[in-house]
Amino acid sequence: MKGAAPTALAASCASCHECGLLCALPAHAGHGAHCPRCDAPLHARKPRSLERATALVIAAFVCYLPANLLPVMTVTSLGRSEADTIMSGVVYFLTHGMWPLAAVVFIASVFVPLLKLLILTFLLISVRLGSRWRPVERTRLYRLTEAIGRWSMVDIYAITILVALVHLGNLATIEAESGAVFFGAVVVITMLAAESFDPRLIWDRSEASRP
Amino acid sequence: MHGAGPSCPVGTGTCCSRPPEVAIPLVACHDCDLLQRLPPLPEGGRASCPRCGSTLRKRPHEGLERTLALTLAAAVLFVVANSFPFLSFEMKGSITQTTLVSGVIDLYRQGKQELAALVLLTTVLAPMFQMLLLLHLLVPLRWNRIPWQLQRAFRLLRHAQVWSMMEVFMIGILVALVKLMGMATIVAGLALWSFVLLMLVLAGAVASFDPEEMWERVEALR
Repeated sequence: MKGAAPTALAASCASCHECGLLCALPAHAGHGAHCPRCDAPLHARKPRSLERATALVIAAFVCYLPANLLPVMTVTSLGRSEADTIMSGVVYFLTHGMWPLAAVVFIASVFVPLLKLLILTFLLISVRLGSRWRPVERTRLYRLTEAIGRWSMVDIYAITILVALVHLGNLATIEAESGAVFFGAVVVITMLAAESFDPRLIWDRSEASRP
Repeated sequence: MHGAGPSCPVGTGTCCSRPPEVAIPLVACHDCDLLQRLPPLPEGGRASCPRCGSTLRKRPHEGLERTLALTLAAAVLFVVANSFPFLSFEMKGSITQTTLVSGVIDLYRQGKQELAALVLLTTVLAPMFQMLLLLHLLVPLRWNRIPWQLQRAFRLLRHAQVWSMMEVFMIGILVALVKLMGMATIVAGLALWSFVLLMLVLAGAVASFDPEEMWERVEALR
């Protein structure tokens, strides 16, 4: 028979978010305590983790639609203008027979941000409901969102390079459009949301509700 | 319980700021908070949490020396990569050349200041701070001195690392190149190869940096 697993929280300790040192939390609520090794503020759990992450996830969902529906750039060539959305970029690569690149852009720009938002939503709901369901797998999902988020920046960089290279007046010009701004916002906001979510909450709930 | 610090309920006393030299240090998993003992790792070793499987610590071979060497190389490559044009674009006799910073300036001129700031932060400023802070920490330690503002520099480095995205930028270059291939002639400049090397070298520096080893060395100097 095994009781509740020993956690730092149960031992009134906290591991520092920055350097990982295990520190004893002062008895008085832990306000204003700092890590003796790297001087970062100490918290047993990330402060207001669920509230912050929920707000950021909602904000990211709001930005996700215009990011995918609005054009991210306009290509003007010999008087003809053509607006490109993220999806039309994917379709361009597909129709020109460059399916590996179409896959890269689709995965990085459409699939990854949506997957990340859905995983975070699922984690937030399951923690709020006090779910005990498969904490190991849910922790793994969290680590996945942390690792893949940055790869959505690919399209932003591609647009920057296109804009910088193609400005030949009437001959050919590429301009960034507002879809790209929303897209950048989605990437930044989901990164912040993943950072504010505390995966230890997954374990707290499954420990607390253990019979 | 009285006094400033409560006594440790685990009963080992090692979860306080200065564990005794002989004891096997107690750590808590950053993903599931499980308390556990982490015995010293051999070089190249890696420890995972038995409950949730996340990596507790990875100890690379000759971590700090390797990090310092790779960071020095990355700093040189960074200067080259940002000083010369990395792509030239030729269409019907007109040629445009671009550096990374000129791309950011173009975005800014088109009224996309937020994008310009984001690209500048993630491909120029964050990698630059990352390299400067690594050098700031590792050069004095190499000659057995404790770096100035050690704690602040370490925490800044952690933030710089999150926002430094050189490896993603490389894929962005690839996507842009393929898109332009049909349109015009693209000539890769010297800086493009520096970017490729920079990405690899910087990734190597990050992978071989073991903060725990750095703190051990600082502790030994005090």
